[in-house]
Amino acid sequence: MAPTIRFKRLAGILSFMAVLSIAASCSGGGGQDTAGTEGTEGTSTAASSGGSGLAGDVLVDGSSTVFPISEAMAEEFMAENADVRVTVGVSGSGGGFQKFCAGETDISNASRPIKQEEIDLCAENGIEFVEIPIAFDGLSVVVNPENDWAQCLTVDELKTMWEPSAEGTITNWNQIRPDFPDAELGLYGPGTDSGTYDYFTAALLDSEGESRGDYTASEDDNVLVQGVIGDTNGLAFFGYAYYEENQDSLQLVAIDNGNGCVEPSPETIGDGSYQPLSRPEFFYVKTTSLDNPAVRAFAEYQIAIENKGLVEEVGYVALPDEVLSAAQERLEAGTTGSVFEGGSAVGVKLADVL
Amino acid sequence: MTASTPSESDLWRPNRAVSKRTEFVVKIVFGAFAMVSVATTVGIVLTLIFETVAFFQVVPLWRFLTETRWTPLFSSAQFGIMVLISATVMVSFIAIVVALPLGLLSAIFLSEYASPKMRSVLKPVLELLAGVPSVVFGYFALLFVSPLLRTATPAWLQSIIPSWDQFIPGLQGFNALSAGIVLGISITPLVASLSEDALFAVPRSLRDGAYALGSTKRETIIAVVLPAALSGIVSALILAISRAIGETMIVTLAAGQNPRLGLNPLVPVMAMTAFIVQVSLGDTPAGSIAYQTIFAVGMTLFIITLALNIFSFWFVRRFREKYE
Repeated sequence: MAPTIRFKRLAGILSFMAVLSIAASCSGGGGQDTAGTEGTEGTSTAASSGGSGLAGDVLVDGSSTVFPISEAMAEEFMAENADVRVTVGVSGSGGGFQKFCAGETDISNASRPIKQEEIDLCAENGIEFVEIPIAFDGLSVVVNPENDWAQCLTVDELKTMWEPSAEGTITNWNQIRPDFPDAELGLYGPGTDSGTYDYFTAALLDSEGESRGDYTASEDDNVLVQGVIGDTNGLAFFGYAYYEENQDSLQLVAIDNGNGCVEPSPETIGDGSYQPLSRPEFFYVKTTSLDNPAVRAFAEYQIAIENKGLVEEVGYVALPDEVLSAAQERLEAGTTGSVFEGGSAVGVKLADVL
Repeated sequence: MTASTPSESDLWRPNRAVSKRTEFVVKIVFGAFAMVSVATTVGIVLTLIFETVAFFQVVPLWRFLTETRWTPLFSSAQFGIMVLISATVMVSFIAIVVALPLGLLSAIFLSEYASPKMRSVLKPVLELLAGVPSVVFGYFALLFVSPLLRTATPAWLQSIIPSWDQFIPGLQGFNALSAGIVLGISITPLVASLSEDALFAVPRSLRDGAYALGSTKRETIIAVVLPAALSGIVSALILAISRAIGETMIVTLAAGQNPRLGLNPLVPVMAMTAFIVQVSLGDTPAGSIAYQTIFAVGMTLFIITLALNIFSFWFVRRFREKYE
């Protein structure tokens, strides 16, 4: 009896390893493939004039929300500047700032402005930075396509749904608005480690980082998408990019903040009328790294007006031209510090503060 | 000349000192490798104990056992482990309901009815199923079984029973039912293989005795072979239960992540392993209460499976039928 069992375990392990190695070799091959094609077609739109002479390393880390943008930018940038190596990591906004303020990275991506503690930490280590917005994201509230009642929700209704005191008590749609059907409310949202969760709670609820706990919480936005697709009475919130990717099987909810119902769209997110759930995404550059021409060129490349298409390609809303040129001036002048002074970006219009 | 030539007895004496040293070194090396797994187990248990003790210094045990909500990561932190246990128990129960008949009946077929040629084909195929990574089973449950169970019923059926709109009414995208069914399928090879070993080990003479008394094949199997192999079958079942309780990917992917107390298999629930996955995916700082929570849940899981294994061990020793 025993030898057969042992053999079976071994067989299981071996087959699993085989699958792993196949997966590894596939992804390896895929990576090389994309690099190859990128190399051949990289010809147009060099934001940095005379980029051919550039060489060196650019170390980027931080938010997973900004990652798709940086990754797309880095690929194109490296195709045009073969001697520059841009490495983009994903440690989360908080994890990114920890490395950034320890002087380990050149650029830190963030889905929220830098916090006061992080500003202090950077100051302690003598790290100065330039804060630059890169794109807009609209936190989207979505429901199942079969939901024919919740087309537009007010900020107060969303608050009733998600605030800490709703836990265990607000469980039915008709508790949100009396004429909603008598149906169980199925809530899906990002977990507490996510910058999206921080922003949602700060924008809608009374205090950042506090909400009810009895909902399906996942750091993986695809889980939330699946949840609402499978639950007629479900409601979820996540970045606009995930709605756009799944727009055939999800339905957007317009948000009424007192000025009528507004749905998130590239236009409403871009002009700031989708409030309070539009949020800017940022990157922070270390001032000493700007002396490195490769880092400066990459930073300029990310906010070049010609590269707005890349931002839209990965599902985000590009900044309006005037905000981009303000950001470019800020980078040119090397203006240090944060315009948010450690606070939140909720309700702030970028064009006004830059 | 005579002095420099070794005597004959010297030539044929084996070099015991060298060979003893070699044996000793080999023993140490092999022993060290054997100790790695022991040390790993001890390390895991110690880590579990240390972090769990730290957890219970903040959260009293009675809160852990009596609270009815599980929200350790949120501002209204509540630590009712029963919420997670109820989900795990429910999913495992569904899994066993699926795996027991499937596994046991295929074991009986393989051991009693199948020709040697058929057996030599079927058994490896069954074992192949055990080699499927659980993440594949998880996506199978989420993307195939759940949608299948949610299929709309045909119009004529709806006209007879209007409220019966989908195959399993009220089933949501994430649910304990499909996770349980697929989990059951994934542990079927374990049940079948171990039960088959137990059935196959029942001596030929017992069956011959039953036939000599005029029993049919079915009577022999039910009245003689199954009771004789019972301890093996029960231990196979218990091993399968502890496998089901500890299974992670299937329940995380298909059962959902909504901590909800109760035994409704149609809605999303959060099993113990799913919670550990959820917390480990984020960047929870070490030493925080959220971080210690996963060890408290891990410890609970460890105690449950340990208890099951001890029970199975005891059961086998107590009820084993010994044949010469």
